[in-house]
Amino acid sequence: MDWTALTVSLQLAASTCLLLIPLGLWLGRTLATARFRGKAFCEALVALPLVMPPTVLGFYLMQSFGAEAPVGTFWQWAFGEGLNFTFSGILLASLVANLPFAVQPIQRAFETIPANLREAAWCSGLSPWQTFLRIELPLVWPGLISALALTFAHTLGEFGVILMVGGSIDGETRTLAIAIYDRVQAFDEQGAAIMSAMLLLVSFLTIGVVYGLAGRRRWRHA
Amino acid sequence: MPDASARSNGHLSVDLHQQGPIPLEASFACAPGELLALVGPSGSGKTTLLRAIAGLYRPSGGRVRCAGETWFDAATGISRSPQQRRVGLVFQDYALFPHMSALANIMVALDHLPACERRKQAQAWLGRVRLEGLADRYPAALSGGQRQRVALARALARSPRVLLLDEPFSAVDQVTRRRLQRELAMLREQICIPIVLVTHDLEEATALADRICVLHAGRSLQQETPEALFRRPASPAVARLLDRHNVFEGKVVEQHGQRRLQWGQLSLEVARGLDDRSPGETVDWYLPHSDVVLHRRERPSRGERENPVSARVVEMVVLGGITSVALAIEPGGDTLRFELATHAARRNGLALGEAVQVSLLASGIHLMPRDTLSDTLNRTPS
Repeated sequence: MDWTALTVSLQLAASTCLLLIPLGLWLGRTLATARFRGKAFCEALVALPLVMPPTVLGFYLMQSFGAEAPVGTFWQWAFGEGLNFTFSGILLASLVANLPFAVQPIQRAFETIPANLREAAWCSGLSPWQTFLRIELPLVWPGLISALALTFAHTLGEFGVILMVGGSIDGETRTLAIAIYDRVQAFDEQGAAIMSAMLLLVSFLTIGVVYGLAGRRRWRHA
Repeated sequence: MPDASARSNGHLSVDLHQQGPIPLEASFACAPGELLALVGPSGSGKTTLLRAIAGLYRPSGGRVRCAGETWFDAATGISRSPQQRRVGLVFQDYALFPHMSALANIMVALDHLPACERRKQAQAWLGRVRLEGLADRYPAALSGGQRQRVALARALARSPRVLLLDEPFSAVDQVTRRRLQRELAMLREQICIPIVLVTHDLEEATALADRICVLHAGRSLQQETPEALFRRPASPAVARLLDRHNVFEGKVVEQHGQRRLQWGQLSLEVARGLDDRSPGETVDWYLPHSDVVLHRRERPSRGERENPVSARVVEMVVLGGITSVALAIEPGGDTLRFELATHAARRNGLALGEAVQVSLLASGIHLMPRDTLSDTLNRTPS
């Protein structure tokens, strides 16, 4: 059992969720409520990682993370290190690959809130920020939980993008999914089986906890 | 700019105009304790006007003032937020917060009070709308009528400066509607702020409102008490919007030094308004149902000698105790409508094709200025 790989996987999944959920809330709400030119284009852009082959997405990311490319150059200038074959690199790649999993459930949830609920809150004296915290957030909670579960689980299982951008560096970019692939390549089927079972267990537990959280809403069934 | 007299009496005055996207040209006022109904067909801008008062919609021109404060003034760029305006708004679908209990829904509007006060006040409000036992119920578990009451309590809890009701009775059944209307009429006695009710139901507006403002395509056409409005609509357009049928065209003529109204072959006596018109002028005129008097066959009737008209019954519709009768006027071709008690119709032997005599009461004939809008409105087939 490669505990280091499991740690990398969990760290990657947690960091992705932590960074992507606030962004997903903002983007999902904007796409659900605002009307602007080019909205359909933005939605298509967000959905793109969903339909792109992971290796293709990974390839483009790898290209743009290179020392010569704009993103890589910026990163080097800002943080003094490269992006390819680093944890920061796979985290950034994971953020891009998971964008639709975080944004879409949240956007759908915001779309179900009638506009006049927001207006009723304003007329009741709540500021836009209070309205967001006390009215909108509780109502999109199930969508938020779905986004969290999907992002976490998808990051744990992500293979193609991570392999292209990060390779398989122990303790840095080798996630559990990649470690399993390495084990199989080395004909260590037992090792692969144990790690696969572990990934299955962790994924199942995550989804269970997360959906348990989402289910606790009295008002729907009241 | 606050103006002392307006502040002291809490008036609401609205004067809004814009070309598009929703054309508006409306001005009306509402005094504290008064209930003004905005009436008009769908798309007449009623709800847009209500939203503009609440600060949820910003038209391109005009002013909204309430209780001496300028809430909106396009000229100076003033536009207060809905939070600052302090309006109580009851939405058509009530817009209750689904994740909050009835009590919590009301408490949201009481945020300005200390925590302990909030619950007490909200409970008091639930009591006032007779929902004491349902404080912990979620909106999904409340009936339509109960939801409406929670919405009303929430709107009033913040001591608003104006109460706005957007078709508040349209989502409930007939029996509940009657009860809620009665409750609103009683509640009105306890609150002294302007109340603006948006409705497309004329009966509801007549029953509840002190004054009615008739709207069409964003334009306010007339503001009057219901009684005055139904007797003296300002234009043929208003009459048609109010579903009044007896709107005709006539000509002012002079006979033996007296002005009369020529209607087809008939020359009618008119109590008021003819002196301001010049002979030869074409006018639109209107006669309320109540001012068409059927002559009894055996006995003389009230006003028998006033504008007697011979006609033939072309339509008779019995709606419970009331019979609606349409008469073809000979030989003009216009159709005159009136209503009478079904038993009276039977006693007088009214039947399809029967020849009858009616009088058009001179005091009821109302002359209207010709307006351009009437051409844009579909004339109801008479």
